[in-house]
Amino acid sequence: MAQAVKVQSPAAQPVSQARKRKGSPWTGLWAVVAKEMADHLSSVRMQILEVLILLTAVGTVYAVMQGVRQTVGQDPFIFLRLFTTAREPLPAFIGFLSFLVPLIAISMSFDAVNGEFNRRTMSRVLAQPIYRDALLMGKFLAGFFTLALVLTAIWLLVMGMGILGLGLPPSGEEVARSLIFLVATIFYGGIWLALGMVFSVVFRQPATAALGALAVWLFFTIFWGMLTSLLARLISPVTYGTAQELLRQIQTEQALSRISPNTLYVEATLGILNPAIRSFGILLPTQLEGAIVGAPLPLAQSLMLIWPQLTGLIAATILLFALAYVLFQRQEIRA
Amino acid sequence: MSVVTASSRTPPTKTQGQVVIETSQLTKRYGKFTAVDNLNLTVHRGEVFGLLGPNGAGKTTTILMLLGLTEPTSGSVRVLGFDPSREPLDVKARVGYLPDAIGFYDELTARENLAYIARLNGLSQAEAAKRIPAAIERMGLGEVIDHPVATFSRGMRQRLGVAELLLKQPEIIIMDEPTLGLDPEAAHNFLNMILQLKQEGITILLSSHLLHQVQQVCDRVGLFSNGRMMISGTVADLAQRVLRGGYRITVQARGEADVLKRALLALPGVQKVEQTQPETFVIHGAHDLRSDAASAVVNAGGKLYGLDVEAPSLDEIYSVYFKEASNGAGS
Repeated sequence: MAQAVKVQSPAAQPVSQARKRKGSPWTGLWAVVAKEMADHLSSVRMQILEVLILLTAVGTVYAVMQGVRQTVGQDPFIFLRLFTTAREPLPAFIGFLSFLVPLIAISMSFDAVNGEFNRRTMSRVLAQPIYRDALLMGKFLAGFFTLALVLTAIWLLVMGMGILGLGLPPSGEEVARSLIFLVATIFYGGIWLALGMVFSVVFRQPATAALGALAVWLFFTIFWGMLTSLLARLISPVTYGTAQELLRQIQTEQALSRISPNTLYVEATLGILNPAIRSFGILLPTQLEGAIVGAPLPLAQSLMLIWPQLTGLIAATILLFALAYVLFQRQEIRA
Repeated sequence: MSVVTASSRTPPTKTQGQVVIETSQLTKRYGKFTAVDNLNLTVHRGEVFGLLGPNGAGKTTTILMLLGLTEPTSGSVRVLGFDPSREPLDVKARVGYLPDAIGFYDELTARENLAYIARLNGLSQAEAAKRIPAAIERMGLGEVIDHPVATFSRGMRQRLGVAELLLKQPEIIIMDEPTLGLDPEAAHNFLNMILQLKQEGITILLSSHLLHQVQQVCDRVGLFSNGRMMISGTVADLAQRVLRGGYRITVQARGEADVLKRALLALPGVQKVEQTQPETFVIHGAHDLRSDAASAVVNAGGKLYGLDVEAPSLDEIYSVYFKEASNGAGS
């Protein structure tokens, strides 16, 4: 017995030292990114969704242009109207985007990790001189770049159609505002991409992961709005009907609704694409003092207005990816 | 060259090469379950080592720890002098791994699948373009190099897996159940291929429960059960220890049965003599006793008609050693 213990102690030493790994965790990252991006861009499911986005872009922009042709001269932000204006029976292009971008993102990531297990390629790939970090990061970046590529192409298409249809070039501010809108859209997709990835690590069945991610998406698009008003009434009840109480309830509801990435995205895009917006939610008389109603804010002020929403979108993307990362690192590879 | 055949043909078993895989007191626990229990394993350069044992004996877990894909609970591992849990990239760049259930990206072609692996290994485009067709050609898949892997049979996938190993040009190859699910001919070819790789100086560690196949290629084997390596050595070595020889010599001779039996029993190294038929005796011996038995029969005044030897088989060693273990696993 004593002998066994004696043998154990020097052997156990290297394990305690083994905390630090040698070699870069990003070895092979770009090989993974290149392969995954090629997969995404050639996969049928992506192509279907791209065609769908393309059709909505062309449809909504064309419809908008029919309406705004007459007012081209007066509106200094006519290009931004291409994204935000809804014309019956079509909703606005950003409405379509807030709907389609999550679908694209989830469709790219729901089988990212469990798919490798099911195809039994995981152990073979991880037996190559790369760390797991490179595999997961590569898969995420590939999805992210694909999303960025597709959305940038659509953005260019809308701007191009605008120039052709309206007959004037966009102003510098319009380009800057719509570029910020593009960044917000990409990160909005990033959230769902990372969420799909978390589910693909947690569930071994891709179908379960896809349904799980879609359920979360549906919950936030449809049910969260109903729940927030109920919850706000519970958390900040109006007992005496004072203005303060009413105000607090509205603020609670707004704060709760901002947990949803949809709210963040809609607020961020409206704030940047509509320069006349100076506050979300209720507007107090003090905020309107000295303001001309409907007058546009400068770009920097609009950006300041949506800054929390924009950083919220980016932070949520990073947090969800970190969660997927931790879960994946702890997973056993044997399958 | 052919003049020195006698000396060059004998494998260098006596002058054992440098140690390339070494584990000491290696242990892996999943909760309360101990998958690998204080494993001490040594593999030398250029040999074929077989990890044998029933499913769930801890073979795959051991392999994963050798590759740094699973962290050991305690104990130490050295592969080519590197610690797989701290320097996995160094280990994985030099060790090729063929998993038991091998999968490829079905929608990609054989060439594209290997190209991905080549990029992950940091091979240059030019180098990969040279090595990939060569490796695929060598495994006899040259005609289907640009076909999607979805159309490949199990045997073809297995060969593509080996092509991937060749692409890496590893020093050590680890194979998990490589002949499982192959038809007899494919398995036979596969075993020949293992011997070829050995000729090239590659060290091979393979795990299997198909003992008769493994026996043909392994220099040394280790028998696993319940996470422990119970016994290891060459097959002859194990036969000596477990079966005390394990050679079975069948003698067909006519004569006085009792006299013959006594004469055979008197030979050195004989453990037991059975008379299975009126003129057939089966000798259980420690080594090949054929010539001794022949002269014993003749000297005892018998007439010898037939003489046959059955070398000890791993199956036998295994079943004698693991009667309890396999009973437990089978239930």
